[in-house]
Amino acid sequence: MPDVLAVLEQRGGVVKRVSLETLAAARSLADDLECDVHGLLIGPPNTSAEGLGDYGADKILTSLDGELELYQASRYGQIAAEQATAGDYTAVVIAATALGKDLGPRIAARLGCTLASDVTSLSGSENIVVSRPAFSGKAIYKIKITCAPCVVSIRPNAFSPILTSHAGAVEEVSPGDGPRPSDARTVAVKEPQQAALDVAEASIVVSGGRGLREAEHFELVEELAQALGAAVGASRAVVDAGWRPHSEQVGQTGKTVSPNLYIALGISGAIQHLAGMRTAKVIVAVNKDPDAPIFKVADYGIVGDLFEVVPRLTEEIKRAKEG
Amino acid sequence: MKIAVCIKRVPDTETRIKIGADGKSIDESGVKFVLNPFDEYAVEEALKLKEQSGGEVVVVCLGTEASQETIRTALAMGADSGVLLKASTLPLDPLVVARALAAELEQGAFDMILFGKLAIDDYGQAVGTMVAELLGLPSVSAIIRLEVTDNRATAQREVEGALEVVDFSLPAVVTAEKGLNEPRYPALRGIMLAKKKPLEIKELDLDQGAMEVVELALPPERKAGRIVGEGPDAVPALVDALRNEAKVI
Repeated sequence: MPDVLAVLEQRGGVVKRVSLETLAAARSLADDLECDVHGLLIGPPNTSAEGLGDYGADKILTSLDGELELYQASRYGQIAAEQATAGDYTAVVIAATALGKDLGPRIAARLGCTLASDVTSLSGSENIVVSRPAFSGKAIYKIKITCAPCVVSIRPNAFSPILTSHAGAVEEVSPGDGPRPSDARTVAVKEPQQAALDVAEASIVVSGGRGLREAEHFELVEELAQALGAAVGASRAVVDAGWRPHSEQVGQTGKTVSPNLYIALGISGAIQHLAGMRTAKVIVAVNKDPDAPIFKVADYGIVGDLFEVVPRLTEEIKRAKEG
Repeated sequence: MKIAVCIKRVPDTETRIKIGADGKSIDESGVKFVLNPFDEYAVEEALKLKEQSGGEVVVVCLGTEASQETIRTALAMGADSGVLLKASTLPLDPLVVARALAAELEQGAFDMILFGKLAIDDYGQAVGTMVAELLGLPSVSAIIRLEVTDNRATAQREVEGALEVVDFSLPAVVTAEKGLNEPRYPALRGIMLAKKKPLEIKELDLDQGAMEVVELALPPERKAGRIVGEGPDAVPALVDALRNEAKVI
């Protein structure tokens, strides 16, 4: 039976948490198909593949090289496609992160089979069947894939890591040829001065909208986010007004997020915003307008002036965390 | 510099999606279609490159007959000519789309090929990068900054909490993220001029590829929530609910 290849992601040699989700998705597919999961880890020589067997990997292939610390699109694509062809695989699973969204299509193009991106569920029998959002979550496609090995990118936070003991034996594979002169090269990664959680990966997101009235008032959002260990998000209106960077925008022309908790402050809930956050597990809204559409999707709402409600909420959260 | 921009006609972001009678596609009646917002950034960047180093901007669109209107929008912004790869239906399989575009682009000897990072209907974020792979060109996806000097370029792309800086040589493919630029609005003069710009139509016969739509459905309705209360006095009840009921903090 052909196996499932899970392409894992590292940063600075440490496997990212989202890769445990990739393994979980690959494992559930492999259990459907009664086959094995092989993880592929591309990174610098100090990359550790230890413990990945506990998350469902039967085998981990490591392709390590000093020049693979940063994401080098062409080489990563070549290595992944080579490994996918060297084994007998029915599917390649990758996380739909910034890296995965770039690498997934490269692997698929090289394998000559399709890519289903941002998948929220998958199953396998005769064919692989996936569900994936379209129109940024306003509708959901159920798609049967009729080629192999196909590439499936999974949406972060859609699959939970599962502890399930497998061998996880590590096998080194070739890091392939060095870069060709014609390759695009990642020459640097600029870290922001203040390390910020990314809105698409965070398990809690606190977002602000026009109800904050001024860019400076986003301090309220930041303080609550800090108390919760959350990422800061923003509505399109405040991004277009230049109050917040576009990287924080949640919605159809921004990021689609599925955190455990999404708190919307002063966001009315335009269709295109709801499309970006409606798959959050729990939604909280604070808005002074009781008829705001955001309350239609919110699990918990407070009607009121956010300038009064939010400081109190921050205070109560801090107290709850201490207690 | 010879520049290509690949664009798509998509439902406007304010569209309320209704499922069509076949249960596999959207009901397009009453839907307003626009130039894909991310493609606007690509068109704008192409126009800036042309302003900087001269040359021409060709807009390529794979779509149905109605996509002519979308091409005219890009021409009104300032692109020089358009090509419609006309298909009766658009396959969902991104590789089929990428192959059709690559076959067209291959003949154009373009120095730079731009895409929007994704189309807001399929939301696949695959086609641009696939085209680059099929053509064997260097590419950078979801860029927020581009600098081109002669036949070298540097782009920046956002990754979780950081920025990647990528160097590459032309010809190349890039896909545009929001933040790359501020797209211009077509001026009246541009709209008038666009009507006379060349638009070539090529008929395509596409297969549907390796994706078979089983169904397209609306997401499950969220269960009705509740208003915990009004004003700051409702905060303790909210925190209690998040802690003990929803168990998310």
